[in-house]
Amino acid sequence: MAFPLDIARGLATLAFAVVASAAAAQEAPDAMVKRVAQEVLQIINTDPKVAAGDQQRIREVVETKLLPNFDFERITALAMGRNWRQATPEQQKQLVEQFRQLLVRTYSGALTQYRNQTMDYKPMRGDAAATEVTVRTEVVRQGGQAPVPIDYSMAKGPAGWKVYDVIVGGVSLVTNYRDEFNEQIKNGGVDNLIKTLTAKNQGTPAK
Amino acid sequence: MSAAGPSQGANCAPSGGSAAAPAASVGVVATALLRGAALAAVLALSACASTPGRPYDPFEASNRVMYAINEPLDKHIAKPIAQAWVDYVPTFVQKAVSNYVNNIDDLFSGVNGLLQGKLDKAGNDFGRVLINTGFGLAGLIDIASDAGIPRGGEDFGQTFGFWGIPQGPYLFIPLWGPTTVRDGTGTILRFVWSPTTEIPDVALRNVIYGLGAIDLRAQALGATSLLEQASLDPYTFVRRAYLQRRQFEVYDGNPPPEKDED
Repeated sequence: MAFPLDIARGLATLAFAVVASAAAAQEAPDAMVKRVAQEVLQIINTDPKVAAGDQQRIREVVETKLLPNFDFERITALAMGRNWRQATPEQQKQLVEQFRQLLVRTYSGALTQYRNQTMDYKPMRGDAAATEVTVRTEVVRQGGQAPVPIDYSMAKGPAGWKVYDVIVGGVSLVTNYRDEFNEQIKNGGVDNLIKTLTAKNQGTPAK
Repeated sequence: MSAAGPSQGANCAPSGGSAAAPAASVGVVATALLRGAALAAVLALSACASTPGRPYDPFEASNRVMYAINEPLDKHIAKPIAQAWVDYVPTFVQKAVSNYVNNIDDLFSGVNGLLQGKLDKAGNDFGRVLINTGFGLAGLIDIASDAGIPRGGEDFGQTFGFWGIPQGPYLFIPLWGPTTVRDGTGTILRFVWSPTTEIPDVALRNVIYGLGAIDLRAQALGATSLLEQASLDPYTFVRRAYLQRRQFEVYDGNPPPEKDED
């Protein structure tokens, strides 16, 4: 009797997964950015461990709340530019993983700077049926200082909307890393880039 | 938006045909700005003559030396001073210094708004300067921001860009930071034409320059640790971020999409 029960349970889980991903796919990209940003800001402002600078907790927040909404393969491919196709599948896998780690570290380091910040969410322009959009937000600053715009380039895939570039005050993450990656590749190929990223992530100062 | 849109400004144009367009707008700007702009144009155009390797950074080798010189200077002198300023000087004094510098920047923002035909921005900026200079103790208090008048944020470098003058070579200046021939020329103009130069008391004038410099460094205190964290090669990272940022500013937040380049 155990066998049909397992099947039923399996089907139920599957159905739940389908429903969940359908819900994720239906959420509009700007609504998604707003929801995630508010969730994360809420944690930054109220979580005592985050306030105390607990790195493990901060990283956990980044991993569980932010990262699922990023398409790291696409981010890495874009940052690689035309070098991406020269990399072997194994190299590509390593690049995505190492770049992901670097961004987690960077985001974790920057996260607490958003403490007590207010975000403004701009109405989205463009076609409702589009599969690529830019969601515009602004960090409001005090004392007459100009707000800092943060734009998210997002694409719609089978798992819903994912971020593939972040543009802070006009500085695109992907464009900035493209120069860095190019430089490393020029000085020793794709393997050199993987080596540098790995060393950086392991905390050994890159020479 | 005005009718005349800004043209591509980040790189030196390699083709011969486009050289005429910047030259024509050089004429327009030069008449308006006299020698300063002419100097900028000459620097920018002559710099375009030698561009092997990365077209936007022909002086990369010497720039990297400057970057290396800057690091210990910043770490052991500029940054500690700025940190002490933030930690020990009363907030209202810090604020007054920022406001004084901003007030002069607003004046130049107004001038540059006019030079680009952005009358709304220029109106805001000149209004800010009048209010803050007249009622805010020569700019020490920023009443205009409390009244909700936004800052234009224009400068000479953006005006040159608006009229099609390319950035010219990238430069890294110790204790100043990233700039380009075009933007650096704009910065020089901003300082030589600043009303601060009219202050007869040399000692006071120098104090104002000194405090302004500390204020500038203090604004960027949070950025350095992030840079260390994020970058594989800080020099490249700063360069690309600077050039992207300036392009964004020249186009008032709507730059054309970047081409995939080396």
